[in-house]
Amino acid sequence: MGIDLTAEAARRRTPTVRGPSEQPVVLTVNGTHHAVALEPRVSLLDALRDRLGLTGSKKGCDQGTCGACTVWVDGRRVLACLTLAIACEGRQVTTIEGVATDGEPHPMQRAFIEHDAFQCGYCTPGQIMSAIALIEEGNAETDEDIAEFMSGNICRCAAYPGIRQAIKDVRDARERP
Amino acid sequence: MRPLAYARVSTVAEAVEIVAADPAGAFLAGGTTEIDLVRLGVARPDLLVDINDLPLHDIEDLPGGGVRIGALARMSEVARTPVIAGRYPGVAQALLLGASQQLRNMASMGGNLCQRTRCAYFRDGVSPCNKREPGSGCSALDGLNRGHAVLGTSEHCIATHPSDVAVALVAFDAVVHTAGPGGARRIPIDDFYLPPGDTPDRENPLRHGELITAIDLPPAGIAERSVYLKFRDRQSYEFALVSVCAAVRVEDGLVTEARLALGGVGTKPWRSRLAERRLLGAPATAESYAAAAAYELSAAVPRRHNTFKVELAQRAIVRGLTQAARGGMR
Repeated sequence: MGIDLTAEAARRRTPTVRGPSEQPVVLTVNGTHHAVALEPRVSLLDALRDRLGLTGSKKGCDQGTCGACTVWVDGRRVLACLTLAIACEGRQVTTIEGVATDGEPHPMQRAFIEHDAFQCGYCTPGQIMSAIALIEEGNAETDEDIAEFMSGNICRCAAYPGIRQAIKDVRDARERP
Repeated sequence: MRPLAYARVSTVAEAVEIVAADPAGAFLAGGTTEIDLVRLGVARPDLLVDINDLPLHDIEDLPGGGVRIGALARMSEVARTPVIAGRYPGVAQALLLGASQQLRNMASMGGNLCQRTRCAYFRDGVSPCNKREPGSGCSALDGLNRGHAVLGTSEHCIATHPSDVAVALVAFDAVVHTAGPGGARRIPIDDFYLPPGDTPDRENPLRHGELITAIDLPPAGIAERSVYLKFRDRQSYEFALVSVCAAVRVEDGLVTEARLALGGVGTKPWRSRLAERRLLGAPATAESYAAAAAYELSAAVPRRHNTFKVELAQRAIVRGLTQAARGGMR
């Protein structure tokens, strides 16, 4: 409501040094603006889970090695555990909660169910956020590409065959006229 | 994580000014190293200055045939840029073989050059480590040193430099551009990395508040047929045990030009000048490549757990040169 939330506006507000105490921060997640108070040290992952109640993004390692926290920032898949929430002001954050349309699961979500592409499910939101982005990036053309460009998402249950099949299904369905 | 302040800036001058004014201030680009190390308590800034809005994202042709890579260009963007993939395939391949796609989407080129070692004793925040706590000793010398360096080491530090792309940039004589409180500088990349010597805490010549703004690649030349090979414990998303960037020109069966650099074995991205010199005028054969590789590794100082790297590096060099002589990756 009258608040300019663009990156340009965020730039105009600088170079004020903010913190280390809690700061008013507006996060745009799945198209919705959320006004929250956050210390600058809070990661995007903690802000999503603990402040916004969006617990789909998972905390596996909290050091950028497992991929369970994969979200999109301005359309690119990134790791929410290595991203500061305050640095996302003026940027578009998309989480697993934001990929369904009108209550209909995303085709990748459906494909994961069809191919039993998970066991415990902990890594699954990150896998799906990576998998959708993988196809958008054009990095799902060959089995080798899929293996390489999904390597940032670790699955302790080793559901990899199902995950790769789900990705190929969605890729092929998109290519069909 | 310790408390810290944050500022987002829109000009290079602002960024330099704010960090320079705060002895515990640091730049924040992709954050993949910085946030990790802050959380581990290894990096201890009290202020992070977010530089991601600075106009340093472009990759552009330079007059005369080189390329300028903005310091904030992301690894994934640089790898898929046609001019890089086409004219510097070793650089593109090094980028794609590093980290994961999520990290490559985050990590900036300037940040990549400044990334810190993966030595576990450095990262644990408590072990004696001359890089983290000068004068405290080196736990890796007689510790678990399988991943550590065999070239460029000192009695104070044997930590490996972890970057892949820096290896390719070192092979092709990239130049690092910086802006700092004292003005702008151009630093040849081989001078950008300092051997540990007596001061392993000092990894590069950047002064406090000095910011990398761009990386220039000179006209490609033989880089156009370069290869980057990486050998590691698992096939993807792992640091190199040994990597090699190689380019070679062969005329009438003889090597007339060679570029060679190693990763995973050096305390800095390791330009193999000894091997390059040995190759000049030699027959382009596996025997010559092996002799050059042995010459380069003759200076190696292996430790208890990393002796295997000496032979692995030589084999990697031979394979890299062989592939490069055949015409590179394509």
